[in-house]
Amino acid sequence: MPWRLLRFALNKKHPEPRMFTTHDKLKSSYDVVIIGAGGHGLAAAYYLATEHGIKNVCVLEKGYIGGGNTGRNTTIIRSNYLTPEGVKFYDESVNLWQDLSRDFDLNLFYANRGHFTLAHTDSALRTMRWRAEVNKHYGVDSEVVGPEAVKEAAPMIDLSCAGHSPILGALYHAPGSVARHDAVAWGYGRGADQRGVEIHQQTEVLGIDVQGGKVRGVNTSRGYISTNKVLCAVAGSTPRILKMVDLRTPIYIHPLQAMVSEPVKPWLDPILVSGSLHVYISQSARGELVMGASLDPYELHATRSTLDFVEGLTSHMLDMFPFMSNVKVMRQWAGMADMTPDFAPIMGKTPVEGFYLDSGWGTWGFKATPVCGKTMAHTLVNDTPHPLITGFSLDRFSNYALTGEKGAASVGH
Amino acid sequence: MKIMTCPLNGPRPVSEFFYWGEVRPMPNPDTCTDAEWADYVFNRNGAPGVKREWWCHTPSNTWFIAERDTEKDVVLKTYFYQGEA
Repeated sequence: MPWRLLRFALNKKHPEPRMFTTHDKLKSSYDVVIIGAGGHGLAAAYYLATEHGIKNVCVLEKGYIGGGNTGRNTTIIRSNYLTPEGVKFYDESVNLWQDLSRDFDLNLFYANRGHFTLAHTDSALRTMRWRAEVNKHYGVDSEVVGPEAVKEAAPMIDLSCAGHSPILGALYHAPGSVARHDAVAWGYGRGADQRGVEIHQQTEVLGIDVQGGKVRGVNTSRGYISTNKVLCAVAGSTPRILKMVDLRTPIYIHPLQAMVSEPVKPWLDPILVSGSLHVYISQSARGELVMGASLDPYELHATRSTLDFVEGLTSHMLDMFPFMSNVKVMRQWAGMADMTPDFAPIMGKTPVEGFYLDSGWGTWGFKATPVCGKTMAHTLVNDTPHPLITGFSLDRFSNYALTGEKGAASVGH
Repeated sequence: MKIMTCPLNGPRPVSEFFYWGEVRPMPNPDTCTDAEWADYVFNRNGAPGVKREWWCHTPSNTWFIAERDTEKDVVLKTYFYQGEA
């Protein structure tokens, strides 16, 4: 590393290209076209190139790299889910996360903090025992702890939550972590780019050419591309793409908002989540408190922010941490969450041949970025779903075979 | 959207209202197929556009229909349900 830095210091011109190559033109055809240059889409491109040797791949992005939900989440990584399908899937993701900084030679600021899901009611505690048992069965580090363990990990907390929602216990998940979200997209993007994948930003998909039930090409704002395989990884824009191929799914869009405070001294090491109070909070490496709540109450295809959200979230936050009343909110934002009825994603093949979905990522998609890339690359290459994603197929709804993951959603929606 | 007009109570803050999704005709459960029923139960028209939706003014428990642009967050009109034409 020091020698590379020295080259930069001695050279008048920048000796290496920036993070990504810009391409003047789209080629007329690609083996695979990926819609959406967020973490998921770029990870799929990366694993197509690295694990399957498929490099004639194009990633189309309407805006800029990582500008969608990849850059709008609260960066929490965990695998303490409720269903066996979910636990196995997210556990594989956590395993991949731990090696990513080294794989990319890029610091993702992956920080293992420990994750507490607080229980304020007996029924919440019951679900946590259930989750802990499922987790342990699949080898995931997860246990129910008492209020004293919460107090020890976060001494500033008011365990009575202003007297109205006393904390009875918590589900503690030691591998719970945070990471720098933009860097994940950049790392996957750069890795894919170096191996020959083309990333085209500011390129909008206008239509998908389907003939005889098969994908033939993609119409973009910069011309037509022919291809037999399209992966749709566009989170909150999924229904717009589905309309182009005439597919009906259960996905509906509600905004999810989040906010950060001004930077303060480090005082909160673990990640805390309260389902009943609709709050999750962690402190970033910069000292900002990153906070989120539940979904906005109605369907909306826009990323506007509301004062209602800040008022609701801060009032619950002060129940937990009264001393924060003088801390200022620095900024807030929203992302469009593609929700499903069972709080599990929709991944894999669709009735349209050559059209693959990585969607239904609602409010839980960031942590799954690596494993989604890996399993979707496998699915695209083999044209059969990866064994880890068979529980997430689109046809589970027509078969009445849902994968009920709501009990493990971070906050009650 | 910060204000919504209730057909009974007039303009009120949107926090007083409850959203209950798009108006969707229910197939007859006695005669429809399992596939049609699954489509009704699970599938949604998720794409943005102007939609007819059920809303409720919660303090007065008034249910009504709103026509709303789900991309621009603008309510075009609100009125009482008149039955399906």
